[in-house]
Amino acid sequence: MDTLEQLADTFFNWGAMAEVLPSLIMVGLPNTIILAVSSAVLGSVLGLALALMGISRNAGARWVARIYTDIFRGLPAILVILVIGIGLSPLARELTGSRNPYPLGVLALTLIAAAYIGEIFRSGIQSVEKGQLEASRALGFSYGSSMRLVVVPQGIRRVLPALVNQFIALLKDSSLVFMLGLAASEREIFRIGNDAMANSGNLSPLVAAGLLYLILTVPLTHFVNFIDNRLRTGRPEKKEPDELAAPIGKGAQA
Amino acid sequence: MTEFTSGTLTGKNLHLSFGHNHVLRGIDLHVEKGTTASVIGPSGSGKSTLLRVMNRLIEPDQGDILLDGRSVLKDNPDELRQRIGMVFQQFNLFPHKTVAENISLALRKLRKLPKDQAHAEALDQLDLVGLKHKADARPANLSGGQQQRVAIARALAMKPEVMFFDEATSALDPELVKGVLSLMADLAKGGMTMVVVTHEMGFSRNVSDSVTFMDAGVVVESGPPEQIFTSPATDRLKGFLSDVL
Repeated sequence: MDTLEQLADTFFNWGAMAEVLPSLIMVGLPNTIILAVSSAVLGSVLGLALALMGISRNAGARWVARIYTDIFRGLPAILVILVIGIGLSPLARELTGSRNPYPLGVLALTLIAAAYIGEIFRSGIQSVEKGQLEASRALGFSYGSSMRLVVVPQGIRRVLPALVNQFIALLKDSSLVFMLGLAASEREIFRIGNDAMANSGNLSPLVAAGLLYLILTVPLTHFVNFIDNRLRTGRPEKKEPDELAAPIGKGAQA
Repeated sequence: MTEFTSGTLTGKNLHLSFGHNHVLRGIDLHVEKGTTASVIGPSGSGKSTLLRVMNRLIEPDQGDILLDGRSVLKDNPDELRQRIGMVFQQFNLFPHKTVAENISLALRKLRKLPKDQAHAEALDQLDLVGLKHKADARPANLSGGQQQRVAIARALAMKPEVMFFDEATSALDPELVKGVLSLMADLAKGGMTMVVVTHEMGFSRNVSDSVTFMDAGVVVESGPPEQIFTSPATDRLKGFLSDVL
């Protein structure tokens, strides 16, 4: 029983957990959410631009998107975060007068997310039948308006599950900004759990941090499954037989 | 059917190549205001491409396109396409919008109508094709025939001067073809200028004012339907007619 008790104390020391819980929720949670949401929003905007460049008729734009995607998809997230966070910090200090590495963390996460999200958007947009663009253009819409009103909304809808998966990955990767050395008030869930573990010599704060991540990510995972299902089967709606058998409309009277 | 302000459409010596593939080899097509021209021919003969060139979805390599006698090649192609409605084989309704929104979208964004006015106009157009009760449905919940009638309403809502039909009934189940064809016949009777690419020889013969037979990117024969169907002059047309009739 000694070993079991020891294991229980290592992972589930309620006292150690309770001690770290307030700062996990009051400091770590908001910071993680700010990091994840702001880089998700910015990454989606940049990703959409990359997707549109990737399918552009302009070869230069296609190349820029291609090279960008290759680089930021091909590098480990932690390397990008360190290189941007440390490399650009003198520049950021000069421009803003602040030593806060937080914006650079968001920037690094955004750049990485954009590469993945761009590929997700591109595959979605390219899966929309050619006839949609053609029909929109035949009505008199320009290429840009057709993309904005008809093609892109359909493309994005199709890749919502993949997009939410990417958001989940981003939420988890946001923990890597701890490498940049954040001030106490800027620390996110992982860093707070990690610090508390180091201070107390007990693993339980890290387990508590893990549980908090799961509380965030598991509902998102199920949300993905839900929209995936909805997209596959559609809203249940009654299909009616064609009324053409009965004379309806002037067309049928001829 | 409502009265239309239709125009006269002329294609002159239209050429188009995709790489080494010479798809259109000098096509002339004249459609007098208020008349219906049908274009028939084997698949791959360039019929559908001709429609796309005449509304400049694809720019011709050579030749001219005239609307009411004036060349439109230097116009903004988006504005030209607002004057030429087009109906497709695969309907191409926008699946993420309701039936009414499919029609009101262009009215709002291109004609700049206020939302409620565009919606009212969409309902009027739906009424004309007998589908007002489907205004709030999604296209996916309509039959093929219904979808194609919505597509026709969507094109008509822009008050086009000419209507193009690209094998509009080819993707429909046989029992749904008749409703779409009779709607097209009504438009023709109502004075719409129409170019109809079709495999429906009955429609071509009974409804259209002129028939153009295309093969391998050239107009082989054209004339009034009586002449084309009863006394074809070329072997190619004779062969084609014996294959499809």
